[in-house]
Amino acid sequence: MTADRRAILLLLVLSIGLNLGLAAIGLWRTLSWLVIPASFVLLVLICERAGRLVPMRGRSVYERALALGFPAAVLLLWQVAGDTGLINTTWFPQPSRILAGLWDLTVNYDRFSKASLIGRPWLIPQYFAEGGLAGVWTLLAESHVLATVGRVLAGFVLGAVPGILLGVVMGINQTVRLMLDTTLSAVYVLPKIAIFPIVMLIFADPFGEGPKILVVALAVFILMTINTMAAVRGIDRIYLMAGRNYGATGWQMMRHVILPGALPVIFSGLRIALGTAMIVIISVEFLRAKQGVGFITFYYWEVLNPEKMYAGLIVVMLLGVVLTYGLQWLQKRLIPWQR
Amino acid sequence: MHGMIGTPKIAARHVCKVYPGVDGPMVALDDFSLDVADGEFVSVIGPSGCGKSTFLRMVAGLDTISSGTIEIARGKAGRPLNSVVFQEYAIFPWKTVIENVAFGLLMRGVSRPERLAVARGWLDRVGLAKFAAYYPHQISGGMKQRVGIVRALANDPEVLLMDEPLGALDAQTRLVLQDELMRIWEETRKTVVYITHSLDEAVLLSDRVILMSAQPGRLLATFDIDLPRPRSAATMNTPRFSEYREMIWSRLSGEVARAMEQQQ
Ligand SMILES: Nc1ncnc2c1ncn2[C@@H]1O[C@H](COP(=O)(O)OP(=O)(O)O)[C@@H](O)[C@H]1O
Ligand SMILES: [Mg+2]
Repeated sequence: MTADRRAILLLLVLSIGLNLGLAAIGLWRTLSWLVIPASFVLLVLICERAGRLVPMRGRSVYERALALGFPAAVLLLWQVAGDTGLINTTWFPQPSRILAGLWDLTVNYDRFSKASLIGRPWLIPQYFAEGGLAGVWTLLAESHVLATVGRVLAGFVLGAVPGILLGVVMGINQTVRLMLDTTLSAVYVLPKIAIFPIVMLIFADPFGEGPKILVVALAVFILMTINTMAAVRGIDRIYLMAGRNYGATGWQMMRHVILPGALPVIFSGLRIALGTAMIVIISVEFLRAKQGVGFITFYYWEVLNPEKMYAGLIVVMLLGVVLTYGLQWLQKRLIPWQR
Repeated sequence: MHGMIGTPKIAARHVCKVYPGVDGPMVALDDFSLDVADGEFVSVIGPSGCGKSTFLRMVAGLDTISSGTIEIARGKAGRPLNSVVFQEYAIFPWKTVIENVAFGLLMRGVSRPERLAVARGWLDRVGLAKFAAYYPHQISGGMKQRVGIVRALANDPEVLLMDEPLGALDAQTRLVLQDELMRIWEETRKTVVYITHSLDEAVLLSDRVILMSAQPGRLLATFDIDLPRPRSAATMNTPRFSEYREMIWSRLSGEVARAMEQQQ
């Protein structure tokens, strides 16, 4: 016990001494590539020893503290490094300034682009009183977040549903699989942003929502086709035999054996597809959009307002977290047999 | 044959199975014939790889027959011909225990209350009523195979086909399930083809034991087991049981040795 305490103290002194010492003689920045990993290792050693001192029932609190504490500590370091001028805050603004930028974006309406970040929901009662549902709609329509979420969800559903259907067909029918497998593998590796110009040509309004949603749908479709095919092919043969032996045919086989057997893998595919959909929509919005989280991120970079650019990135990450949670919620409901 | 009266329940005649092997066609089963009477419990025993599972799959209609015929006599209309109990359990992880047991009835369009009543009855008989709403991953291996067995019985097939149903279980669980199987069989008197690699199990459960040769699988010998019923675990301690065991083992051991040589 005391040995652990002594070790923690020693390691703490060592890591602080290492950083301060190098900073004092002006070598910290030159050697940062070495100091940062070394400090991280020392920190891990400290936490491991501290973990041994935690009693059994404090375990979960300790684990949560570690999981949340580390990113918090990194943010704090970032803040301090910015405040003390250790890093260039023109390009790496401190978390406090990013948060301020995020707040600014959230509460203010941008007259120039006629948009706001989340659509100023606190104005809903007023707009409803003045313009009814149509009034509320104008509010929602000005939201960057809703624009992005709408495109992602529309593209996700429009791509995932046919992708899963085709994937199932390719999983059970060898002819279709042989005909399409190579083509899909080829198109899969194509960056979807590279075919965006072509997709734009298909639509009467190339700058409207159509091409943006379609390019997301295309990415999701291809991924889900390949993933679902693998899911169906991966079902243990013994379940197909059991299904057949107990009288399942055609649609019954699909409904009671193939679909549920493939569902866990389909859901891991959906999760990856959601990430891909986000990547595609943010790139498309970088490239060509008047609204959306990707648009503001790139816009504030162009107008040299890094706080708001970072704020845009944070919103992208938050969207990723929220959408993934939504998917997990759905998964729990659809796959109750999974551990 | 063996005092069989009338048509056999299962008639397998000159059955061959050839698989396209890596180096040319491979004969898994060669001219295998077997009749099983209505209500008879027949075990098939033989060295591993001799084609027992292949034979069972062909009886079940889950694999094609290269030549020869296998027929199962139809009985009551609407009754399925056969139900298989698999060594790997093969109960569906995505269905609850009771849904698994009721699966065959669902496929045949039996109404929900009726099929749940039947399934519940069978779960009761193997002491699983409490676990009706559990998913397979929440129960033990022994319980899973109980589910596999009553899924077959609830389906009320003409014949029951079991492929090493206790093969994946530990020794104690195995003994318990052997006992249960014996009890249930004596109550239902289903026609059973039972594949096993356990000699004790074969002698204890069966009316007749079929010994197969190492690959290619052929019928080597048939032993009528004339032990009084009802039998129990205690039957294994009787001198008659040991005699049967010795008799079959003296033939089987040679085949096992031959199979091991083949594999080298
Ligand atoms: N689907 C298959 N394709 C090719 N060979 C097979 C297949 N199934 C079984 N075999 C071969 O047929 C032989 C008999 O297999 P099997 O019936 O599983 O034996 P057992 O159940 O008696 O152990 C083995 O040599 C096995 O490798
Ligand atoms: Mg086998």
